[in-house]
Amino acid sequence: MTSFEFRREFFADERQGQLNEIGKPTIRQDILGHVTGRSPYYDDHLFDGLLHMRCVRSPHHHARIVSVDFSEAARMEGVRRVVGPDDVPKNLNTLLSLIGFGKEDEPLLTPSKVAYRGEPILAIVAESERQARAAVQAVRVEWEELPHVLDVEEALKPNAPVVNATYPGNTFEYYDKYDHQKLRFGDVEQGFAKADQIVEGSYRMSPIEQAPMETCGAIAVPETNDRIACYTSTQALFFSLATTAKLLDMSSARLHFVGGTVGGGFGGKVDSIVEPMSVLGALLTGAPVKFMWDREEEMQVGAPRGAELWKIKDGIDSRGRIVARSFTGYFDSGAYTRLSSYAVVKATGHLPGPYSIPNVASNVFCVFTNRTPATAMRGFGITGVDFAIECQMDRGARATNMNPIDFRILNAYRDGDMKAHRRLAKNTALIECCQVVADKARWIIGSQSRTQSSLRGGGGEKAHVPATVIDEEGRIGDRRRSDVPTAPHSAGGRKRRLPEGSLRGEDVVAAPPQNPDMLGDAPASDPAASPENGRTLARPRFGPPAEVQVDRPRPRRPQARERPAIPAAPARPSTRRPLRRRTSVSRHVSGFRRR
Amino acid sequence: MAKTPIAFSLNGMERSMFVDPGQNLLDALRRGVGDLSPKYGCAQGTCGTCSVLVDGKLQLACITLAEAVAGSSVTTTAGLADGSELHPLQRSFMDNFAAQCGYCTPGMLMAAKALLDRNPSPQRQDVVEAISGNLCRCTGYEPIIDAILKAAAFMRTRGRP
Amino acid sequence: MIKVDTYRAVAEAEASMDGQSRYMGGGTLVMRDLNYGSYGFERLVRCTDPRLNSVRRDRGRIVIGAGLTMAECAENRDLAFLAAPAMGVGGPAVRNMATVGGNLFAPPPFGDFATAMLALDARVRTAGGEELGIEALLASRRTFRRIVTEIEFLPPPRGGFRFRKVSRVKPKGVSVLSICALLPQSGGRIRGARIAFNGMGATPLRATGSEAALEGRPLDRNGIAPALDAALQGLSPADDELATSWYRRTVAPVYLRRMLLERSHAY
Ligand SMILES: Cc1cc2nc3c(=O)[nH]c(=O)nc-3n(C[C@H](O)[C@H](O)[C@H](O)COP(=O)(O)OP(=O)(O)OC[C@H]3O[C@@H](n4cnc5c(N)ncnc54)[C@H](O)[C@@H]3O)c2cc1C
Ligand code: FES
Ligand code: FES
Repeated sequence: MTSFEFRREFFADERQGQLNEIGKPTIRQDILGHVTGRSPYYDDHLFDGLLHMRCVRSPHHHARIVSVDFSEAARMEGVRRVVGPDDVPKNLNTLLSLIGFGKEDEPLLTPSKVAYRGEPILAIVAESERQARAAVQAVRVEWEELPHVLDVEEALKPNAPVVNATYPGNTFEYYDKYDHQKLRFGDVEQGFAKADQIVEGSYRMSPIEQAPMETCGAIAVPETNDRIACYTSTQALFFSLATTAKLLDMSSARLHFVGGTVGGGFGGKVDSIVEPMSVLGALLTGAPVKFMWDREEEMQVGAPRGAELWKIKDGIDSRGRIVARSFTGYFDSGAYTRLSSYAVVKATGHLPGPYSIPNVASNVFCVFTNRTPATAMRGFGITGVDFAIECQMDRGARATNMNPIDFRILNAYRDGDMKAHRRLAKNTALIECCQVVADKARWIIGSQSRTQSSLRGGGGEKAHVPATVIDEEGRIGDRRRSDVPTAPHSAGGRKRRLPEGSLRGEDVVAAPPQNPDMLGDAPASDPAASPENGRTLARPRFGPPAEVQVDRPRPRRPQARERPAIPAAPARPSTRRPLRRRTSVSRHVSGFRRR
Repeated sequence: MAKTPIAFSLNGMERSMFVDPGQNLLDALRRGVGDLSPKYGCAQGTCGTCSVLVDGKLQLACITLAEAVAGSSVTTTAGLADGSELHPLQRSFMDNFAAQCGYCTPGMLMAAKALLDRNPSPQRQDVVEAISGNLCRCTGYEPIIDAILKAAAFMRTRGRP
Repeated sequence: MIKVDTYRAVAEAEASMDGQSRYMGGGTLVMRDLNYGSYGFERLVRCTDPRLNSVRRDRGRIVIGAGLTMAECAENRDLAFLAAPAMGVGGPAVRNMATVGGNLFAPPPFGDFATAMLALDARVRTAGGEELGIEALLASRRTFRRIVTEIEFLPPPRGGFRFRKVSRVKPKGVSVLSICALLPQSGGRIRGARIAFNGMGATPLRATGSEAALEGRPLDRNGIAPALDAALQGLSPADDELATSWYRRTVAPVYLRRMLLERSHAY
């Protein structure tokens, strides 16, 4: 095992006594199955009469389907069923519809226009894999190729090809208002004006395929109780179950999902395509059906971590402090949304990285291009922008002639600093990490940097939310009419200044909770949490009552006025559900406590 | 479809079955006789998850024609343990954190066994070469190399297989 | 659907071949095409003749059976000079299966061993007794439907044979390109060099410009300079997943230089 040190001195007051597991090796519970070859991956379930499903896929980046002739394929030996778009009961979906985020934009089997190479338009179910492959090759498709766009900046041009009909502007739409996710904190323009120098950088990341050793796949098997069992490689069993129920318009009670032993996922096994496909096959044939990607499909149509492009502009003062930072970010979502819309929100919540910068602005775009749809992968939303930020920090250090670690420590956030998304920083440790790394790398740092601590020097002035300039640029559709600049505050138009201390613009429900019990642990004192329907929200009953559960102050849920909406955009009455003055995003970061 | 009857030995047991023309050994082992220990990772020979021994030699089951093993003796991870006693390689993989998702593990074990059968005292570089056709996406190779070297050391002192 | 026919005698196997047949050596490439359903044949022909795996000497020439595997080749002491190209092919499992005959037909990025055969100016013999030079075989291999049984060549002079494979994946990966050179010397000067590149065209190809430029020159920095300038003559690398044509053109002379100047080499 690689050796590691456990620095107990940090966050010592956060622990009660010794840790029992962390820092000690633990033999995994499933290891015996792994070394004997007996761990049950989805494909390790054998069924007599198993049928094999394979897809007819687009050879083009962007094309209209003129005609499909599968008459020969349907007659071929072993072919049991040709499955077309009309066989999918609800053939339009977006993954995050399960939390009410985004519009339905992706068919399971595409009926009329494909938007990426490898997009499936038809499936064949046959008695053997070889027969299914042969039948797929026998399907005649007439395509009318369309102009395509593979670059995020090109896709935002007024006459770029429309990739995804649901989003004709080639971007995901945030809060039904903007074609990007905004973050505004302070006044970056003023910050740049006051700065000693401006440092700009642009950073590009390619897509990365998760490449699990087990490719994505599922086997669906009709059971005798009107249910379909689905053995799947999914990383998100219930997510895949719900997605399948939705696309196939069936009760989830009829689906019996079996999973849990996954041959590597890394984010690439959440997209829930193989499950509805195999279940559909089983429903239509009444037999067990396997839908498995081969390695080529895994690489070509398996959704990767998407490409990203980040442009960062820093204003730095004469002492080396970053006084303003603006971001223009682009997530290449590929042809459909999948999870990139959420990656953008996550990335925005992360800006400007672990640094205290008084003026921050960002415009982040979730862009549709004719590339393979992108999805989750290990820290997606964060990994790419962190790479960009840290490259930019090195660039800033060079520009100011500073040691890059000293430069980071000088600008590091500290406990009690207000972050750009309007939460106070807590449990920060960048300074300590920098000090340890400098030691390990034998990198000399300044004596000043040596004595710094994350626990000191934060808060005070830096705990305040500055007066903030907000704008309305980048409304949905603007970019179709003219070439609108993408950087924050660059498009002109009306600006307003929110007074110092305003915690947010106006409330927005990013994704309304579906059920009241999802808000279960809200304390009754929180006025925002009182349910409209008059029912009291119960805390989920797990474990002992709260009084005996904790022996230190329970983290207080932030009060409504402290709770910012990450998106600083005006609210609109939700058409789906009564507006709840709470964002689901805030649930992830609750537990914040002033120290 | 004309099928071909074949007989071979699998982990010391005589097996006979009918194979489809062009069927690969991986499919024949998994679906034909139900030995699920070799895994499908690519069906191209590139990943090593399907590694088995054919007459003691490491081969990729996915690109081995099933009917070509007629009369041969095939060993898979399912046959590695001696009854209820794990092979030292298996123990070592367990103790040295050489598996995470475990999907590459049966292939890695076979590649390691092929090495130790030939060379009981491998250097680190020999181990690297021996598993160079096997990909692991989770664990990283260091713990696996480590586990193989430790198993080799153990087997030298205990004089097992 | 596919049909498999296995023969004991290679002549019989060859006689049975038609436009719809494909011979299978070790099967490392044929099987993957079969698995992926992308094959242009209906019949697979196998041959179990053990003579296909033999290695012998014939009047100073070395004759190897086309069915010899890379592992067998790498372990054979008489073939020590071929250990590097044989070990350069795939991982241990692939080498236990891949044959030298199959390598002559392996499309780019494969063909590392064939590149060595090209540098050695090998001749091949088919089951029907036909003989042809390696270049003629490589040029016609896409439509070649006979079975190669033997490959023969003169052993290289001691110290006069080098191989280098360039791969981006460590420790093993397919080649971006590979280079093999036969470098006979007399009086400290090169006489009759043969230099072959893989990955610089649709088949392994000779760098005839470099060969000519090396004639009569010593293997030192100045001596090889003209050969490096002429390295790309007649070569036309393609863009593919592994590298661009530009990249290959740029690095090929660099690797050639390193190989020509390397002091120690296995053989
Ligand atoms: C994971 C992996 C890695 C690889 N790495 C490399 C590498 O690094 N370098 C490299 O060069 N190759 C590599 N290969 C490709 C391949 O394994 C080798 O080229 C091998 O030598 C092909 O031989 P085979 O016997 O397996 O060919 P087969 O698959 O049996 O046949 C390939 C072709 O050659 C023809 N053929 C075979 N034998 C004869 C014969 N005797 N007469 C006439 N035609 C014949 C067949 O009809 C077929 O068209 C790799 C393959 C895999 C799967
Ligand atoms: S499945 Fe055989 S090598 Fe990948
Ligand atoms: S443990 Fe997952 S691939 Fe090796």
